[in-house]
Amino acid sequence: MDNGFSREPMLDIFIYETMQNIEQLEVSILAGEKANRLTPDTVNEVFRVMHTIKGSAAMMMCDNIASLAHSLEDLFAYIREEQLENMECGQLFDLVLKSADFIKLEMEKVKKGVELDGNPAGLIAGIRECLHTLKGEDTDTGALETGETPPAAQHYYLPAQKGGKNHDKKTYEAVIFFEDGCEMENIRAFVIIHRLKDITSDFRHIPADIVDDGESVDIIREQGFTIYLKTSKGHEELYDFFMGTAFVRDLTLREVPEDDLWGDSAEPADLTLEDSPLKIPSLADQSLGIPGQVDLGGFQQNIISVDVQKLDKMMDLMGELVIAEAMVTQNPEITALKLDSFEKAARQLKKITGEMQDTVMSIRMVPLSASFRKMYRLVRDVSKKQGKEVDLVLTGEGTEVDKNIIEHISDPLMHLVRNAVGHGIETPAQRLAAGKPRRGQVVLEAKGAGSDVLIVVRDDGRGLDKDAILQRAVQRGLLGKPAEEMTEEEIYNLIFLPGFSTNEEADEFSGRGVGLDVVTKNLDAIGGSVSVESTPGVGTTTILKIPLTLAIIDAMNIRVGTAKYTLPTTSIKETFQARAPDLIQDPQGEEMIMVRGEVYSVLRLHETFAVQSDYTNLTEGIMLMIEQDGKCRCLFADELLGQQQVVVKALPSYLKSINNVGGLAGCTLLGDGSISLILNVGGLLGM
Amino acid sequence: MTQAELANLREMGDEDTLKGKYLIFTMDQELYGMEIRYITEIIGIQPITEVPEMPAYVKGVTNLRGKIIPVMDARLRFKKPEREYDDRTCIIVLDTNDISVGLIVDSVVEVLTIEEEDIAPPPEIRKGGHRYIKGIGKAGDTVKLLLDCAKLLTDDEVDALNDLP
Repeated sequence: MDNGFSREPMLDIFIYETMQNIEQLEVSILAGEKANRLTPDTVNEVFRVMHTIKGSAAMMMCDNIASLAHSLEDLFAYIREEQLENMECGQLFDLVLKSADFIKLEMEKVKKGVELDGNPAGLIAGIRECLHTLKGEDTDTGALETGETPPAAQHYYLPAQKGGKNHDKKTYEAVIFFEDGCEMENIRAFVIIHRLKDITSDFRHIPADIVDDGESVDIIREQGFTIYLKTSKGHEELYDFFMGTAFVRDLTLREVPEDDLWGDSAEPADLTLEDSPLKIPSLADQSLGIPGQVDLGGFQQNIISVDVQKLDKMMDLMGELVIAEAMVTQNPEITALKLDSFEKAARQLKKITGEMQDTVMSIRMVPLSASFRKMYRLVRDVSKKQGKEVDLVLTGEGTEVDKNIIEHISDPLMHLVRNAVGHGIETPAQRLAAGKPRRGQVVLEAKGAGSDVLIVVRDDGRGLDKDAILQRAVQRGLLGKPAEEMTEEEIYNLIFLPGFSTNEEADEFSGRGVGLDVVTKNLDAIGGSVSVESTPGVGTTTILKIPLTLAIIDAMNIRVGTAKYTLPTTSIKETFQARAPDLIQDPQGEEMIMVRGEVYSVLRLHETFAVQSDYTNLTEGIMLMIEQDGKCRCLFADELLGQQQVVVKALPSYLKSINNVGGLAGCTLLGDGSISLILNVGGLLGM
Repeated sequence: MTQAELANLREMGDEDTLKGKYLIFTMDQELYGMEIRYITEIIGIQPITEVPEMPAYVKGVTNLRGKIIPVMDARLRFKKPEREYDDRTCIIVLDTNDISVGLIVDSVVEVLTIEEEDIAPPPEIRKGGHRYIKGIGKAGDTVKLLLDCAKLLTDDEVDALNDLP
């Protein structure tokens, strides 16, 4: 990527597909590792993925990725040819996973548009060595000594029945010139060869080595790309076939006497084969042998990938539309009038915008499965490193959340799972001693709950050590109140405070000094929350509560004095008018209200936000009971203005820099163009 | 000063054409100047939604064609007595470092070109006294206090905390 490629669509697709392929690869490798054997399916999969990556990486001029993929492809081609199933595969899996990591890293660089400077030489050497070892063990076939292909590989471009006459086939010579300046002639030639395999297996071409030989580009440019082939297809069909390839400028196609096909070449084709016995035949396999790919093609036709920015733009516009709709239908000049047909039309409009909004939102919804599946790898790495045996169980991974939210929870999830395996689960010996099954279990579960999604990370490990947490919190001065007064839950939740980490020594996986406060920070950013429950010796459960979406919420508008505020409807439990006998005041002047036998504290919004209000008597205005995370409180406001869908906008960053108001979550535009402040329920409960 | 004129000015201008051009506005008898390259537009006074727990000079937020921007009162910002807004009151929308802020001033007068040599540094009276004044410009027979926009928006962290109710 040294030539200043911009992020063009082709590059995007390359990145997208490669990442998908790598993820798929990891899944099958991990499955293989679990079974501790290499099934033909896995081999095919690795082979297919590496082949695809090699091709596209070469096309995008990511040479280091291409060469790594190439060597892995060689290795697996060999394994497949020889059908080596009962072999020591631990090392092999490691190699593949490391290579996958390398490619992922390089892909990140591609994304950022920086130069690909990773050097895969070490990995490639490892892969080569592995290949040599395999070949050394496998002397029976003798395939290597002779450099010839095993008989099984019929699909060579130098066919086994080379000398045999096949009378209904004719021999052609095709000379192809590509358009000037189309670049990467060798790759384009490669594409033709690839396609050619669909119609014939009898062919050879000059130059013979188009992929690895850098000079082949020049040869093709100057002398054209010459193919000799034998096929039963007619002249016209062939002509169409070649001209159907992109960038072909000129084609000379003629029938030649059969002997020309193999006879007059200066360089016998066998030589090429000896150089790289496994590379080209693998291609034939690729196009002929793997049905999965065909299926995939059919599947992908129904899906298009769209730039997220476009979706964001669409979302913004949708928000504007919702506001504009309210501006029209709730226009003060109209509401005074009685307009039957207008109202009918307005209802229709409302219905359609509503549906459209749902659709736009659903487009942005992404299943959690991708984030969840990544954890398999993490669990494997951590448990292997620490000598633990851990199973990861995923449930509800199909649950969908907004794309923005996914980005924010990947890191927290990683931390939590890493902690669960690293700190939670005991070693097999400890587990057996405690009378637990040898293998630990980490459950990652997602489920919907109203407008929230709960993500639960549960392990059956040793549980949290309450005393250790307390001790650490005291050491670090994190305790807000005397230790004796803290409930168990409060103590457990201390672990999410910044600067808390019970693991003394930081290791590669757990406790890199960042700690779990990353979890809280990320969740705060999206309006989520986290809580933890634990039973010593039985396990720990961490629950992340995240909103389904950030952008448009159902909300209740309230008025306090002249100010308007907005509350998410989902956090309002009920609204009612207070009766004088239910009101209580404690000696400190704290006001409380009794509702159905429960006492709740009252927060006067006009006092909190220093607004002039005519309603100061609690029995005159309206009470709103709000709830979040099991905590309840009553808010006192002047009146309810009504329910509406609002588009959440952030408060201007300038205001946040002056004073980050805890009670406010953002602001929104009301139908009449005025601004309403959205109250932060969590913040109000903490006041 | 209409918005069209302003837009015209901006369009003409790469940095060079905008350089030396100042928007002159009044506030409590004084004339102030502000570099035009910081200014995106000038609007009349419009409804402002108060935001709680902000320093007094931050009047709140306003809706600028769907974009929500904070608004501050220049009089309060410079600790001058507050005054009723009237139809001469303007909001100057500034844009520095990607932060948009509205500045409420008594009225907008004109756009002037003030040459570099006509700008004198503010006299050293007392420490910290001229934090927001970049220089004093002479044009015709009057002087204009030239404001430092960037400082106006950023150099107030300490102030803001002190001003809290």
